[in-house]
Amino acid sequence: MERFADLFDALDRTTSTNDKVAALSAYFRSAPAADAAWALYFLTGRRIKRLLVARALVEWALRESGLPGWLFEESFSAVGDLAETISLLLDTRSGGTPERLPLSEWIERRLLPLRGLDPAMQGRMIATFWNGLDRRGRFLFNKLVTGEFRVGVSHTLVVRALAQAAGLDAPTIEHRLMGSWEPSAGFFEQLMAPESAGDRSRPYPFYLASPLTEPPESLGPIEDWLCEWKWDGIRAQIVRRGGQTFLWSRGDELLTDRFPEVRTAADALPDGLVVDGEILAFRDTAPLAFSVLQRRIGRQKLSEDILAAAPVAFVAFDLLEQAGADVRTLPLRERRSRLEQLLSGCGPHLRVSPTVAASDWAELAQKRTQARDRGVEGLMLKRLESPYKTGRRRGDWWKWKIDPFTIDAVLVYAQPGHGRRAALLTDYTFAVWRGNELVPIAKAYSGLSNDEIAELDKWIRQHTVERFGPVRSVEPVRVFELHFEAIARSSRHKSGLAVRFPRIARWRSDKSPRDADTIERVLALLDAQR
Amino acid sequence: MLAVTPAGLYCARGGFHIDPWQPVERALITHAHADHARPGSVSYLCAAPCAPLLAARVGAGAEVRSLAYGETLTLDGPGPGSGGVGGGIAVSFHPSGHILGAAQIRLQAEGAVWVVSGDYKRAPDPTCPPFEPLRCDVFVSEASYALPIYRWDEPAAVIDEIVAWWDAAAAAARAAVLFCYALGKGQRILAELALRRPERTVFVHGALASWLALYRAAGVRLPPTELVVETQKGRAFAGELVLAPPSARGSVWMRRFGEHETGFASGWMRVRGTRRRQGYDRGFALSDHADWPSLLQTVRETGARRVLTMHGFAEPLARHLREQGVEASALSTPALTDED
Repeated sequence: MERFADLFDALDRTTSTNDKVAALSAYFRSAPAADAAWALYFLTGRRIKRLLVARALVEWALRESGLPGWLFEESFSAVGDLAETISLLLDTRSGGTPERLPLSEWIERRLLPLRGLDPAMQGRMIATFWNGLDRRGRFLFNKLVTGEFRVGVSHTLVVRALAQAAGLDAPTIEHRLMGSWEPSAGFFEQLMAPESAGDRSRPYPFYLASPLTEPPESLGPIEDWLCEWKWDGIRAQIVRRGGQTFLWSRGDELLTDRFPEVRTAADALPDGLVVDGEILAFRDTAPLAFSVLQRRIGRQKLSEDILAAAPVAFVAFDLLEQAGADVRTLPLRERRSRLEQLLSGCGPHLRVSPTVAASDWAELAQKRTQARDRGVEGLMLKRLESPYKTGRRRGDWWKWKIDPFTIDAVLVYAQPGHGRRAALLTDYTFAVWRGNELVPIAKAYSGLSNDEIAELDKWIRQHTVERFGPVRSVEPVRVFELHFEAIARSSRHKSGLAVRFPRIARWRSDKSPRDADTIERVLALLDAQR
Repeated sequence: MLAVTPAGLYCARGGFHIDPWQPVERALITHAHADHARPGSVSYLCAAPCAPLLAARVGAGAEVRSLAYGETLTLDGPGPGSGGVGGGIAVSFHPSGHILGAAQIRLQAEGAVWVVSGDYKRAPDPTCPPFEPLRCDVFVSEASYALPIYRWDEPAAVIDEIVAWWDAAAAAARAAVLFCYALGKGQRILAELALRRPERTVFVHGALASWLALYRAAGVRLPPTELVVETQKGRAFAGELVLAPPSARGSVWMRRFGEHETGFASGWMRVRGTRRRQGYDRGFALSDHADWPSLLQTVRETGARRVLTMHGFAEPLARHLREQGVEASALSTPALTDED
């Protein structure tokens, strides 16, 4: 835990990304693999499921410190963080020498076994653990046990540091981190190994398009570009390896069982194949609204009725692996033609995304106006000579949406609504990233169905971090797509921006918080408006 | 003996205010921080080592008189009707350990003894004599950090951290810019450094410089210092330690340092969230105020039967003392600017 605490301090004490990468990479090089795996687990925003309620932690801290409840509350409001308040209050300088126990043992032998114990027993054990820790150790322990551990470091920096420590390139690390994994020594050793047999289900890191903010003419001749509709569904990869089919969402979720039609269709494909595309609710020749697809998500059992009411298709647009070979560096022109050959005759559940033909940009712009009627979000423009890259790299893939004012934002605060909704938490505040910080960008009240509101209300109550009167801050993990009409600069808002008529377009349960937009992206919208 | 008036704590019988926040006839001053020593009053009385600092603070034209620590002076009210029943008030100044010249003010009339603590700390400080515990009937205590979360580490350990931070910045060829209040904290840090690196030059912002001369004149040992604005244009500051007031942060003055790290030495840095919100790379919880255990210890040592609290967390301290069986209440005073 000492080494992990040192790493936490080092990250906490600098805003320089180079310093952060250096500290991370030194940690990954020196820490035992079992510890490094857990550290990576937390650094990438994963968390242990809540082991106990915060209120109980407060009770035990009161007992240990001998302070009255009101003085604890005064202290808490001065600190603003429960884990830290407790560590400061218990810092009576008389604690013995901290026990030196590796991070993995702290987690596996002490934290995890707390689950399910009766509260009195939990309290006794936690008091013992506190005694064996110093101030910062107690702080980290409290953060971990309440599932609130967070550190200001982005996914990209962690990947860069791992790559540096392993002597590998970042895309390799990124690829090995895809999918689900267990924080074990074995996993970490595989991750850092020069050659990895790897998990055969693993998808590739997704290449993401950037919003087009300049006129399309700036892209050069239209002949250099492949144009497709921008689908409004769940981005996913079909992985066919070892005779098995896996369907992965971009949010690292394995969806194979949720979409049996797609799996059955994909089972017919040759082995050693990875295809990138979009899962859509689709009937005959046209996509259905995203809300139809949503009825399939989260449903444990798929009845005949729901399969009939919400039919789906995987609309493929890229080929990443063929005959077991990574083909991402081939030009799109070539990947696309191979994809068309491979998927011809696969049936309605597995189809190729059609191209949108236009002889010049003006004609394409004309076709873009059909987007709303076609149930798509706009157009995708992809450079025919480009390789398949990793992450959001500007230049080769552009999304040219019809509604420029669409952002993905993270839910950060909630409070009760008014009137009919006074009993429900329905007034939400959403935030986008500024560096590693989430800055509130919009408040929105409408757009969710009653079922969604009820579900979200329940979730918020279970994942409240802090309360400020009626306002609750929540764990920043839920992503929503917001729509708004206009955007302007504002000195009254922390983000420096004000949006007009924001509303929730939908709950993006397929996206993780790091997929949410950045303030730079929102500023680009501001510029695009002019 | 004392009452809170719009101008501040007032003693009618002695005809004086203590640390008034408006101009008055006669002001008794605990120490020279701007929120305690305001210009405009006719005459000032303070502890002897405070006098040069106070004169600099309130400007020429004001009468500044002083008493040696422990020396007694009897003050009378402005005359009949002042409530004086003859004899006046015996006042004396006693070290409070806050900064150079800082004092508690002891007031005695007939059998009753009141002590106004001013700002104080119990931790060692090479720039001033330690706090002197005084027995009294009524103790007026500051409460800037009166919450149990505020508990200071040994100053030596904090200074070690500052030195280690400076060395690490130097190893990375960066300047270490340490923000601290210009009067008191800056000189205390320098005096601590003088004990460890007596020959090493430290660079300072102009706001600290005039006070430095007064500290040196008072016999406080400081390391060599150089005024940043007097250094050669284009001078590199990599590896150097620079002390500056928080107000210099983000100013054009900072540009000359090139790659640098920032730190803030203040009791508020005890709380991580405070440091993070203010955006310092490092926080060093070094305070010139009493922490929670010292506040409680001091109240016990005075033996006071009544305690009045002011500044900061006055209410929580008073409530806690009441729960411990001490008669205590919080004085309502305007929010003061923060000097630590």
